[in-house]
Amino acid sequence: MKDFSVLIGGKAGEGINRAGFIIGRILARMGYRIAMYYDYPSLIRGGHNFAIIRAIPDTAVAAHHTTVDCILALDQNTVLLHGARKTRDTVVIANSDAVKDETIGVPIQTIAREEGGLPIMANAGLIGAFCGAFGISWDHAAGVLREEMPRDVEINLAIARRGFDAVPRNATLPAGKSLEMPLFTGNEAIGLGLLQAGLDAYVAYPMTPSSGILHYLAETAPETGLKVVHPESEIAVMLMAQGFAYAGSRTAVGTSGGGFCLMTEGLSMAGMSEVPVVVVLSQRPGPSTGVPTYSAQGDLGFVLSAGQGEFPRFVCAPGTVEQAFEWSGRALNLSWKYQVPSFVLVDKALSEGIYSFDDANAGRIRKEPLPAPDPARPYRRYADAPDGISALLTVPFPGSVIKVNSYAHDEDGLTTESPETIAWLTEKRMRKLPVMVREIDRPDAVVVAGNPDAATAVLAWGATSGICSEVAAMLDLRMVQPLVLSPFPQSAFSGACAGTDRIVAVEENATGQLARLAAAHGIPVDNQILRYDGRPFSIEELAGRLAEVLS
Amino acid sequence: MKRTLITPARNTWCPGCGNFAILHTLRDVLLEREREGHSLEQTVLVSGIGCHAKIADYLDINSFYAIHGRTIPVATGIKLAHPDLSVICCAGDGDCYAEGLDHLVFAAKRNIDLTMIVHDNRVYGLTTGQYTPTSPLNFKGRSTPGGTHEKPLNPLALMLASGATMVSRAYTRQLDHLRGVLAEGMAHRGFAFIDVLQICASFFDMTGYYNEHTYLLSGNDPSDFWEAWKIAREWDYSTDAPIALGTLYRSSGEPVYDDAYHSPPQSQTERDAAVRALIDRKAGRLPPGVKDA
Repeated sequence: MKDFSVLIGGKAGEGINRAGFIIGRILARMGYRIAMYYDYPSLIRGGHNFAIIRAIPDTAVAAHHTTVDCILALDQNTVLLHGARKTRDTVVIANSDAVKDETIGVPIQTIAREEGGLPIMANAGLIGAFCGAFGISWDHAAGVLREEMPRDVEINLAIARRGFDAVPRNATLPAGKSLEMPLFTGNEAIGLGLLQAGLDAYVAYPMTPSSGILHYLAETAPETGLKVVHPESEIAVMLMAQGFAYAGSRTAVGTSGGGFCLMTEGLSMAGMSEVPVVVVLSQRPGPSTGVPTYSAQGDLGFVLSAGQGEFPRFVCAPGTVEQAFEWSGRALNLSWKYQVPSFVLVDKALSEGIYSFDDANAGRIRKEPLPAPDPARPYRRYADAPDGISALLTVPFPGSVIKVNSYAHDEDGLTTESPETIAWLTEKRMRKLPVMVREIDRPDAVVVAGNPDAATAVLAWGATSGICSEVAAMLDLRMVQPLVLSPFPQSAFSGACAGTDRIVAVEENATGQLARLAAAHGIPVDNQILRYDGRPFSIEELAGRLAEVLS
Repeated sequence: MKRTLITPARNTWCPGCGNFAILHTLRDVLLEREREGHSLEQTVLVSGIGCHAKIADYLDINSFYAIHGRTIPVATGIKLAHPDLSVICCAGDGDCYAEGLDHLVFAAKRNIDLTMIVHDNRVYGLTTGQYTPTSPLNFKGRSTPGGTHEKPLNPLALMLASGATMVSRAYTRQLDHLRGVLAEGMAHRGFAFIDVLQICASFFDMTGYYNEHTYLLSGNDPSDFWEAWKIAREWDYSTDAPIALGTLYRSSGEPVYDDAYHSPPQSQTERDAAVRALIDRKAGRLPPGVKDA
């Protein structure tokens, strides 16, 4: 079996995400690459949670199929709700304490109780049964379980072993050749990329699906020395970040659309004060509270124009964990180099999905030093410069008074209402744009995958580009993914689209926001496949929609 | 050359504005601190938006001229980035009791080491005369021509309830007293809150009223919270009552928020190693250099 999928489902509070991750690690250690989709409603206990882990030996994977090869059911709902994912060959292993009439039943709750474990440890029994059914050696399984369940490890292992022994071997999954790749959520990859590029502080108010960044950076802070703050509101977050930056700390903030609404006041201040800030925005379906735990791509237009007044900004939209790692770091450097806000625009699918991280092929971004001001002249925070970029000093700096200002101001940062100075300042801000364009309008700002010579291109952004790549390769199409969305990489995008006679945009919004952006830059899109129910396409669904459009 | 600490910016406050007193008194306090060895390079002023905030343009020290109501989060970021800096917030009453009230409560709750100076003229000046959270009941302003129907906030009681470890009131016509309170606030480790009664020469000139009703506290025990509470409740910012000036409450020994933020940044080498370890750990591999026991 070269392309293997397993679904695990149960109630919220039963540890589905964790169990899915452990199964992913067991497969990753066998040389598989993993993509795990995690689906959960916005509640703490009950409901129905499930994870689909797709694994392919040695090959990158981003999306899932309509059907699965194995269903692990902690409860009856899992069997009822995912019947359509079964094929003739799908193996269903069920918790026989809660699920009736399945061919392979294991009384994992009874086992957990008999072994003296907590109810949540029943999971280990199901993981053990999965390994037994698919010919994964006990030693291999136990090795991963020891690492991932260090608390009460012997009880967990005893429970897992009884699950392992309770099922007949159904098939044997072949091992891949690769070394185990680490598994990261998109949120963790963003956090790591920011750390790698020299992040000093992270400020955030919890909001799904971005909270994973806050949790990961707070948890790892003792090792990284990062200053992590969770203040009273997103308004405070955005202002606090700029206080940090004014005092020299490279700082990022993270939120979703609703929190970003509150941040726009401070974002505009960053536009005027030229204080650097990185904003990670992980999208979920809106408007308003919308659908907190599902995915969307509805905030591109908002991010491109958020904040009163006109000021330049960087917006990048990574779609894989490797891109998230690299571009989060780039966003941090770009923000400081140009003294503009930088956005890392992602979606729930990437933020909370778990993926193999190809460390060796991920761009490693380190902190770029900034040019120093001329020591022979008194420091002026907003000193005029041909490219609009004044040398940046931060407090405290010996012999210098550093004034930043949210009002229109002169070179010293003093408030002005003089028409000449207002016009000068506006032009200084906008002079950065052509320099920023030169910086980012390079071929690596736009990814081309699938068949690069195909005349039909699928246009995608964010996490959707993963599935589009795979489907484009299947159908012999080109896939074009702009990684940078502001300033728009006009030449790179035109180059990526050269030779196409048809472009189909695939987006998770109702109006085709990337399609509109492409059209505004002279590349109209011929067809749109839009989805706005919060759920990702499966490979077969997207292939079917593309076939309809292209027929 | 004697440093004036005053920038060349043209001062646009109205003649007779109480802000002049705060500007010059704060300047004097800063110069005095400099003589005592506190470098002005290590001092940062954060202002909001409103008449008060122009002090950022006029005082020749590091400053972050922020936005309406948001002095505290900016100042908090600065202080957490560099806990050794002295950070002063100058805010207005509309600014920090209305738009930014949540930040004020949280700063007091955290007991972060900031000096919070509220230029409390009890009216919006720059937007030409509307009521603020400390305007008296029945205040007739341009947005409430028939008078307000809400009682004012008592900021001192609010700050006591929120956990501020220094709570004071001063008045712009009591300059020596003001200087003492500002210096005390800057010397205090923790959140020092100073409500400065300031007249607005154009929209709410309370000079006569304050001259008549204010008195200087003496003999009170600032470590006694309930005594402070009683003094704070003497005047409700609306009905006629004696108005105490001075430090009502001061407590040391409470945890100071920024004490936990002294860690120096990692070098690139240290950071590289930390990131390497975080990646390797996820794949069950020990970081390089660590021998398997």
